[in-house]
Amino acid sequence: MTDATLAFTQADPHNLRGMQEAVVVHEGPAPKRIVTGYGFWIFLLSDIVMFSCFFASYAVLLGKTAGGPSGAQLFDLRSVAAETACLLLSSFTCGLASIAADVRSARWYQAAMAATCVLGLTFLALEGREFASLVARGAGPTRSAFLSAFFALVGCHGMHVSAGILWLLTMMAQVFAKGFRADIMRRLLCFALFWHALDIIWVAVFSVVYLLGSAV
Amino acid sequence: MLGKLSWAAIPFDQPIPLLTGAVVLVAILAVLAWVVIAGHLPYLWREWITSVDHKRIGVMYTLLAMVMLLRGFSDAIMMRAQQALAFHSQGYLPPEHFNQIFSAHGTIMIFFVAMTFVIGLMNLVVPLQLGVRDVAFPTLNSVGFWLTATGALLINISLVVGEFARTGWLPYPPLSELTYSPGVGVDYYLWSLQISGVGTLVAGINLVTTVLKLRTRGMSYLRMPMFCWTTLASSLLIVAAFPILTATLAMLILDRYFGFHFFTNEAGGNMMMFMNLIWAWGHPEVYILVLPAFGIFSEVVATFSGKPLFGYRSMVLATMAICVISFMVWLHHFFTMGAGPDVNAIFGIASMIIAVPTGVKIYNWLFTMYGGRIRFTTPMMWSIGFMVTFILGGLTGVLVAVPPADFLLHNSLFLVAHFHNVIIGGVLFGAFAGYTYWFPKAFGFRLHEGLGKAAFWFWVVGFYVAFMPLYAVGFLGMTRRMQHYDIAEWRPWLMVAAGGAVLILIGIIFQIMQLVVSIRDRAELRDSTGDPWDGRSLEWATASPAPVFNFAIMPDVGGPDAYWAMKQHIKQQSLEGREPDYRDVEMPRNSPTGFVCAFFATIMGFALIWHIWWMVAAGGVGAFATFVAFAWRDHDEYVIPAAEVARIDRANLEARRAALSLAGNA
Amino acid sequence: MNILDPQGPIGVANKTILIDSIAIMLVIVLPTIAAIFAFAFWYRRSNHRAVYRPDWAHSGRIELVVWSIPTLTVILLGGVAWIGAHELDPAAPVAGTGSPVRIQVVSLDWKWLFIYPDQRVATVNTLTVPLGAPLKFELTSASVMNVFFVPQLGSMIYTMNGMVTRLHLRADQEGNYQGLSAHFSGDGFPDMLFDVHVMPTLAFDNWVASTARSDKTLNADSYNALAQQSIETTKTSYRLADPELFGKIVSQKIPPGPGPQLTTNLARPGSGARNVR
Repeated sequence: MTDATLAFTQADPHNLRGMQEAVVVHEGPAPKRIVTGYGFWIFLLSDIVMFSCFFASYAVLLGKTAGGPSGAQLFDLRSVAAETACLLLSSFTCGLASIAADVRSARWYQAAMAATCVLGLTFLALEGREFASLVARGAGPTRSAFLSAFFALVGCHGMHVSAGILWLLTMMAQVFAKGFRADIMRRLLCFALFWHALDIIWVAVFSVVYLLGSAV
Repeated sequence: MLGKLSWAAIPFDQPIPLLTGAVVLVAILAVLAWVVIAGHLPYLWREWITSVDHKRIGVMYTLLAMVMLLRGFSDAIMMRAQQALAFHSQGYLPPEHFNQIFSAHGTIMIFFVAMTFVIGLMNLVVPLQLGVRDVAFPTLNSVGFWLTATGALLINISLVVGEFARTGWLPYPPLSELTYSPGVGVDYYLWSLQISGVGTLVAGINLVTTVLKLRTRGMSYLRMPMFCWTTLASSLLIVAAFPILTATLAMLILDRYFGFHFFTNEAGGNMMMFMNLIWAWGHPEVYILVLPAFGIFSEVVATFSGKPLFGYRSMVLATMAICVISFMVWLHHFFTMGAGPDVNAIFGIASMIIAVPTGVKIYNWLFTMYGGRIRFTTPMMWSIGFMVTFILGGLTGVLVAVPPADFLLHNSLFLVAHFHNVIIGGVLFGAFAGYTYWFPKAFGFRLHEGLGKAAFWFWVVGFYVAFMPLYAVGFLGMTRRMQHYDIAEWRPWLMVAAGGAVLILIGIIFQIMQLVVSIRDRAELRDSTGDPWDGRSLEWATASPAPVFNFAIMPDVGGPDAYWAMKQHIKQQSLEGREPDYRDVEMPRNSPTGFVCAFFATIMGFALIWHIWWMVAAGGVGAFATFVAFAWRDHDEYVIPAAEVARIDRANLEARRAALSLAGNA
Repeated sequence: MNILDPQGPIGVANKTILIDSIAIMLVIVLPTIAAIFAFAFWYRRSNHRAVYRPDWAHSGRIELVVWSIPTLTVILLGGVAWIGAHELDPAAPVAGTGSPVRIQVVSLDWKWLFIYPDQRVATVNTLTVPLGAPLKFELTSASVMNVFFVPQLGSMIYTMNGMVTRLHLRADQEGNYQGLSAHFSGDGFPDMLFDVHVMPTLAFDNWVASTARSDKTLNADSYNALAQQSIETTKTSYRLADPELFGKIVSQKIPPGPGPQLTTNLARPGSGARNVR
């Protein structure tokens, strides 16, 4: 295999008329960290598409209470505010964990991740309590299409948070066992993106589901 | 303990699935026994099952597609036979069986033949065309393949344990809800597709990242081969559309398993929402299938005309336009649901607009042939067959995009003929062309030409004989999915159609023969140069089969049709260039993660279908443990030393020079 | 059941659009296919008279033409689609002679129920209509989705539980036709054919009068019997006891039809059709 193309010019069958010279020469494959982060962003975009389907179904089924309770009658906005505070704070602590990893401080990293974990678990506990109380009041997901859509959307987010917690614990164990190795750092980048994305989705959830849903 | 599972799940009272299942089981056990006894298991495990090499994974995807084509086609020929016979008669397939067959036929053909075929070819070819060593995420690639295989396995298990869905290939509620489909059939469908859907999404993410972030030096976007552009468009569609399928199937799962009311009749469920969601996925899906086929034709027509692709920039624009517009047409699948004239008309017009870039592509292939020196090899025959057939299919498609016409033709056999026209004429012909074209790159020898051409003729003639009568019988008012009928005018057409299916069967037999004969005669059919077709893009610049690292030195690209340019330059210089500066090559290490993860996914899927909850939990724990085990790996790459790279490359170059001087092309 | 042999104005208009659209497209498609064969033949490698242009891959003029041809065709067909969709909106009333006949259609598993609320009769699997009169259909389903379709009268429309779809047709020729369900709805689906009898107004009125004296009554009880999964071989006629029956089906006061009766085999519960055979 020769590298014979370096100095080679060819006729311009696609009539690009020098456009190729105007373009900065493509340097070759991107470095691993960029490739990994990019791929994970694409995954996040796909996950947002999936969430948007649940948001759409919530919008469509908003009024379908089948004679049962509506959002205004059910939603406890103080609990929602507490959940929001937990998640927003957890994003902050996750950011701290990323910074700690950047400066290679294992102690601060583990502390920040533990705090994120506690906040995430608190969020899940509050949400679980909300779900249980709704079910106990006869406003479970089987009551009406509106409640099905509510439980599915909020529950989907909750499942993502649960998966995130499992991932978080794994990342804590990884750093504890192997230190801040390059591949572990790439995974941390992905985890942090995931956790922050969940927070953004939650903002959409409480706006659309709880705030708008209470107005109906 | 075992949920709903019991011995009653095995169809002892239905001879056809029972016999089929028994035969297939014996065949599988025989193959497994031969593999183990002949000592091939370590080779298979090391070189294929745990491989993260895109070329191996591409081959496995393609093999899966072909095996599932046999299953899907068996369903088809059973259906054609039933409809030829079932005039004033129940035929030989009772309704509950016939209904499973047409549901399985569509599901298998779309998800496990067409999808796997195009993903397999994209996997095999794109890194080679981009001049790089592998896709962006090799282990994830393996996971994606094995999860797809899990889905295929679950559907096939439904033949002998339980039943399959009886709702058609898209499970419209309320029929697919628990009230009207209380058995496990729809559950088999749902879990099979949820699991394989993850695999497909992963493949899409991988290919998008590969095309956008992993190209060799000098290969800017406008220097990529057309197949890479269509791969990008198709993969973007996968990333954007498959989550919709996941969400929609999840909603139906929630309805069936937990009593939710997304789509039920009572408590405010909305079946129309299912239609909108599923077709918001469904329409991009068909473009996911056909865009790579368009890319294959761009490569094949250019190569065998001996000219660059005509109107490259136009083709890129057309491809990305199709990509975007495909998300704006979904309502044309249910014009007759009563949306009102404004909505119907807008979606009808949007559906026609998408025919514009598609038509442009046809004309660009036409003008690629203009001024060419056309060689009528098997891939080129498939391409010409495609061009004619797809135009007709497109015509009928634009026809049903006109709402008042659709008011007569919706769900009729005219519609069935239309979508088979474009899927067979477009996707399948493209897959066959790509299979024949890139087979030597994968295996180092060509496929037998004569048998390939015989297969082509039987397929093409068989297609027209099988489906043109269906257009006619659609005009005569026949609707789809009828297990029996009493209308005399329909019968002759259906009998001719059954004859067409037999012709296609012969075509398939020729394809099987072609493979067997080619393997037997591989010495004569050997491709020693790596460039059996006088190709234009980079995959032909390396040996056949390509070495594990693809290129000893990643090529430097100066323009489009990179390899063609190299060849012209080499002809101007001498063939004896100075030897390149070989370096160590880092390659991703094999991993059993994909296979093991899929094993647990199969267990989880089966357990979910049969409501064996403890098994679901066990499978979930196993899958999570697999990922943790993978994360704990200390070495994810291995090094091929420069000396070894040099040795392989020198051997390949020697073989190429020897073959070229034999042919007098030095 | 030939859609190319319509017997009413809607069917005629649908067919006209169908044929015209095909013709417009064939004008483009046939020359293109001819060009494919012509180019493939002329530029075959063994033809040494053909000029080989190995570097020719772009022409602005050709691009302009190849983008224009499909675009102009689509603009034309788009106009056809817009106008046609509006003129043939199923919910748009059709003119006719005589007083309009209101027919409420219910698709059940696996039969069709036609309720004539103004005439106080109902029939199963037989649709009797007067010649030339506007027919106003209101459609719903007792259970799963179906599609009401009489090919020779024109446009089809979905039926869905809990909802009402609307269709307007007119039959302009006396005779007997057939209709079917054009959406798969389960094991008994192929048996959902129904007869369509088009008769002069006088004969229709006579038919109404005699059917109203039927000994069979359609009320909530007999309706619930119909809603069980079965295939109807007799084409029963009823006296309509409850003119609000259709409204009750739509509002789900009468709940949706039950599904198949479960057998002990949880893997493959028996279907209603099989129970009937």
